[in-house]
Amino acid sequence: MLTLMSLLLFLLVLTNLTLLGSSRLAFCIRTVALQGVVLGLIPLVGLQPLSLQHGLLSLTAIVLKGGVFPWLLLRSLQVARVKREVEPFIGFNVSLSIGFFALISSVVFASKLPFGDNKDSLIIALALFTMITGLLLLISRRKALSMVLGYLVLENGIYGLGAVVADHIPMVVEFGVLLDVWVAVFGMGIAIYQINREFDHTDVDRLTELRG
Amino acid sequence: MSLAAVILSLLLSPLLLSVINRSKALLAGRRGAPVLQPYFDLVRLLKKGAVYSDVSAGLVQLAPVCNLAALMLCALLVPLGPLPALVHFQGDFILLAYLMGLGRFVTMLGALDTGSSFEGMGASREAFFAALAEPAFFLAMAGLAKMTNCQSLTGMLQTISIQHWQHNAPSLLLILVAFFLVFLAENARIPVDDPTTHLELTMIHEVMILDHSGPDLAMIEYGVALKIWLMAAIAASILVPPGTNPLWLLLFLVLMALIGGLVGLVESSMARLRLIRVPQLLIGAGVFAGLALFLEFVQ
Repeated sequence: MLTLMSLLLFLLVLTNLTLLGSSRLAFCIRTVALQGVVLGLIPLVGLQPLSLQHGLLSLTAIVLKGGVFPWLLLRSLQVARVKREVEPFIGFNVSLSIGFFALISSVVFASKLPFGDNKDSLIIALALFTMITGLLLLISRRKALSMVLGYLVLENGIYGLGAVVADHIPMVVEFGVLLDVWVAVFGMGIAIYQINREFDHTDVDRLTELRG
Repeated sequence: MSLAAVILSLLLSPLLLSVINRSKALLAGRRGAPVLQPYFDLVRLLKKGAVYSDVSAGLVQLAPVCNLAALMLCALLVPLGPLPALVHFQGDFILLAYLMGLGRFVTMLGALDTGSSFEGMGASREAFFAALAEPAFFLAMAGLAKMTNCQSLTGMLQTISIQHWQHNAPSLLLILVAFFLVFLAENARIPVDDPTTHLELTMIHEVMILDHSGPDLAMIEYGVALKIWLMAAIAASILVPPGTNPLWLLLFLVLMALIGGLVGLVESSMARLRLIRVPQLLIGAGVFAGLALFLEFVQ
């Protein structure tokens, strides 16, 4: 039977592949937001029984990733006046294909890890896949905003891993990570604005001679 | 009984074209051509004479005949909902893909033979996009084969049932989406190609048949209709539950009309993609189909 869980996992894969294949930044920001919400819902659906702490953590993650981050990023998108990723270092077709193979290899890899039952291993595989997607976005895109998105996707993957082993990780660590990410996105939004004001572009490959 | 599928395909295929045109006209607020217009066009073209280029070596005349023959052979392999195909055996979808490939190949040869540089350009584009659509088609078929444990087209399409939709909905949806994108690309519809454009720089399929006239053009147009019909039939068969109930056939034909309407909707609501974006669409279709196959292996 098709469960809510498998639907969420399916959405996770689709958002990753969408991110690898699309160039419009506003659309990418909304996709990352959707991915954050999906990942926030996974512990709510999957963890039985659900403790108050984990529910609180999930809600915070959903509000931050589905509401605050997209709002901050869309605002800096407006300020920076960039609409789309024009020529990434690795093209969209190639990164889409790489993503597909990353998906397969992360499933194979996760099945070899000594973790719980079959369903957990699928979540771990998809969390790994999300992390690889984030890394790929980080290294292959040219606009500064895309790199922020890559960073967020990478964090999403780590959060997904945490969702599986949530019982073993203290709450404080998870909240700390969320706080870090929030500060980072906040900081990067300001940085993009400043870079844009100084240099009238935000292409990362032209920022090599930036000195303090 | 199994001959019925072939006869239905051959008779009704131009009707699907007219459903597409009708839905486009409705969405644009026009009344649209009569429902039987594609048939009238075919008869009109058949009555005309043909003109051939001086530089051609005869392939121009051969191409429409070969193309139509290949596509009519395809009609033998495709089941229509509850009606099984006349011929079915293990791996017949490979034959189907390459019969369509053969039809495309002779059309491209005919286009090159006219000696027009535009037609050569169209042929080159057609070859490129077809090469990208093929992996998506095979991955989708492999996904269906893995899901149903059948290796023939009739077997696969008639095994899919409500149970499959309950258990494997994501992979079936992915296969449908991938197949629909391949369908749009193979049949030269928007967003890959515009069937109504006559601007040489942007078209793909229409540019290859610019120099065909009279009965040759009729054969090509009929082949186009047949190909759309057959591929829409495969898509609709995935949606229709199996069984020999004649009511299912009616449901199946309604679904075919709905697919026609969907094509019309896509054509009215979006523009043709830039040529450099088309490969991305087809690779996306391939990734979707591959993902479906992968999901089947994971489960």
